[in-house]
Amino acid sequence: MEASEIKEKKESKEEEKEEKEPRKIVVPGEVLASGQAYLPGEGTRREGKDIVASKFGLLQIEDRLVKIIPLSGVYMPRRGNAVIGKITDVTFNGWIIDINAPYGAFLPASECSGFVSKRDISSYYNLGDMLIAKILEVKSKGVDLTMRDKGLHRVEEGLIITINSNKVPRVIGKMGSMVNLIKDSTGCNIVVGQNGIIWIRGNDIEHELLAERTIKMIAENSFVEGLTDKVKEFLEKHKIKAK
Amino acid sequence: MEITTITKKRITEYASQGKRFDDRDLLEYRPISIRLGISNMAEGSAEVSIGQTKVVAGVKLAVAEPYPDSEEEGNLMVTAELSPLASENFQPGPPDVFAIEMARIIDRGIRESGIVDFKKLCIKKGELVWAVMVDIYPMNDDGNLIDAAALAAIAAVSSAVFPVLEGDKVSFGEFTTKHLPLTKDVPITLTFYKLENNILLDPTTREEESSDTRISIAISEKEGKEKEPIINALQKGGCKNSKNSPLTQEEMSLIIDIAVKEQRKIRKILNDALEEKSK
Amino acid sequence: MAYKKRIDGREMDEPRKIECKVGVVPRADGSAMFRFGDTIAIAAVYGPKELHPKHLENPEGGLLRCYYDMLSFSVSERKRPGPSRRSSEISLITKESLAPVLQLEGFPNKVVDVHIEILQANAGTRCAGINAASMALAHAGIPMTDLVAAVSVGKIGDAVVVDLTKEEEDYEENGKKAATDIPAAFLLRSGKISLLQADGKIPPEDMKKAIEMAQKACIQIGEEQKKALKLLK
Repeated sequence: MEASEIKEKKESKEEEKEEKEPRKIVVPGEVLASGQAYLPGEGTRREGKDIVASKFGLLQIEDRLVKIIPLSGVYMPRRGNAVIGKITDVTFNGWIIDINAPYGAFLPASECSGFVSKRDISSYYNLGDMLIAKILEVKSKGVDLTMRDKGLHRVEEGLIITINSNKVPRVIGKMGSMVNLIKDSTGCNIVVGQNGIIWIRGNDIEHELLAERTIKMIAENSFVEGLTDKVKEFLEKHKIKAK
Repeated sequence: MEITTITKKRITEYASQGKRFDDRDLLEYRPISIRLGISNMAEGSAEVSIGQTKVVAGVKLAVAEPYPDSEEEGNLMVTAELSPLASENFQPGPPDVFAIEMARIIDRGIRESGIVDFKKLCIKKGELVWAVMVDIYPMNDDGNLIDAAALAAIAAVSSAVFPVLEGDKVSFGEFTTKHLPLTKDVPITLTFYKLENNILLDPTTREEESSDTRISIAISEKEGKEKEPIINALQKGGCKNSKNSPLTQEEMSLIIDIAVKEQRKIRKILNDALEEKSK
Repeated sequence: MAYKKRIDGREMDEPRKIECKVGVVPRADGSAMFRFGDTIAIAAVYGPKELHPKHLENPEGGLLRCYYDMLSFSVSERKRPGPSRRSSEISLITKESLAPVLQLEGFPNKVVDVHIEILQANAGTRCAGINAASMALAHAGIPMTDLVAAVSVGKIGDAVVVDLTKEEEDYEENGKKAATDIPAAFLLRSGKISLLQADGKIPPEDMKKAIEMAQKACIQIGEEQKKALKLLK
């Protein structure tokens, strides 16, 4: 076996192990661990000698770090995140974008990869257009976006679906393994925005819908063990017969 | 996030092939379930779920003076509150124009069918009559609130009983087993939605957001040897983003024909639920 | 005078049968149903989200808004739809009972809206509402230091009881009101009080006893709330 194959096998075995251990659901105020040996991670805090949950979600203890994987909650924008958003307003120097978060987002005309005539901004991108963009900066008043990077573009056709942004890591999978599984099986191109907005583009609607159903199934079962196998089964079961 | 133009394009494309994202036919309703008596304080109440859309309706009775122009008749009032609990699009405050429209569409369907025998709601001519108050509250909006609301209202009215009356005062909280004086003209409301050239029933949220116009029709079937459907009320209304496209006469005729046929399916579901309750 | 046996046969410190469930309003960010016997409350949470009108924004952290409402047919005599002085006050005390556990500093200028509807009322509605809201807020992923549980306690005749029914609230002796209703809410872990109201006569020692009984009952309620949240399918 080659070195890369061995590494892959090891990683998938680790993932399997992670999946097979049922995660515990915890609620705010619940004591997760006790003692100075543990460190409070995301979604937790220290109270005296206890580490206590601050959020509803799945408990994860890795080495000494205790954290919560949220099952719900709004998207909190982070610099560098790729997001998909809808243009809701055109201003004199850019576009206002809805990224499905309690934050306004703005794409300055100067952050587009092509030339944008200041006299006719809406001829470049217009109201209702869907864009795959990247977060440049997060400020208290809102988020600044850019289109100047590989893979960022306006979405012309396909399906746009929404899932809870906390499920995005599960839908993508380790190193993209889960989303690639769906792409290969359905033949669709899929871009998963960190904000939970997903674009699916396939050869026909049936394949796009199969991809959507699979993604929704993953989002609803994100905490279930053996999810990869279940997804494989699901895709096999709903395989679209050639016409 | 509201539906995007590109998804709307897909929905419409698929509808032109007679198909929908959840594999239903264009005229097929999602699973409908009716639960009666969901509030033990009401004279009649029902919860209707159509897919994930959920609406509750309750009937309260009171005694009142009759209106001067109908001294021997009881009265009926239908209201709807779009509680912000059911959708991020509903605002707190007095009913907005859509809540009012929905209540009035349902009111007309019930009133004009003649199902409530107002004369039998008279206690003492010119002095005391029964007032029937139907209140409708959506509990989760996933499209097609009007049909779920209308079904909940008629289910609540059909299963309602009189409270105990002592002299000319109602003993609230005490119920008789006597049902309201109803005829067999039960109105069923179907709301048709148009997506470009496609006509469909029972849209999900995405389908509703893609629609250009809607037409609600309330139909009752007259009792007699040959069951003859009668339209009691009709309303053409607008969709999200103030869209309200015009219809051709052919489209309207087609809608009427479909309504006559499809209302029987809903009627059966209602009758089954009422029969089940009376056992 | 003696209130030796409760009208429905319960023990003095026994709440009515509790039933609770999350996710009852799929469209909301978080939702829950909570029931004490015949009293049923549903809560739905939307947020954090942008706040309008903008002049209400708080740059130091998110705002919490609570709306308590009763369905017109939840009570024996129809209640006119819309807010009343009573529902406004209950909305306020609901907010104040939940605010201490919410960590909204991370959401400056945003709002979290909690909507409570009472489907069926047999006393204890504000407590059922708070219990449903506490679960719904957790379900929505709002950062919280703790869950909140509420129950009404009271003095009926000479007995101190937990979770009064309407009949108990209306209890009279010799034609005079003989019951005091005390809604109370507690932060589960610390046992601290976040809501306390009383509307009648009660000797100071009985009040202390009532508070203690309420806190014990809330521990039980908290277990039910946790169970419902953990029952994710």
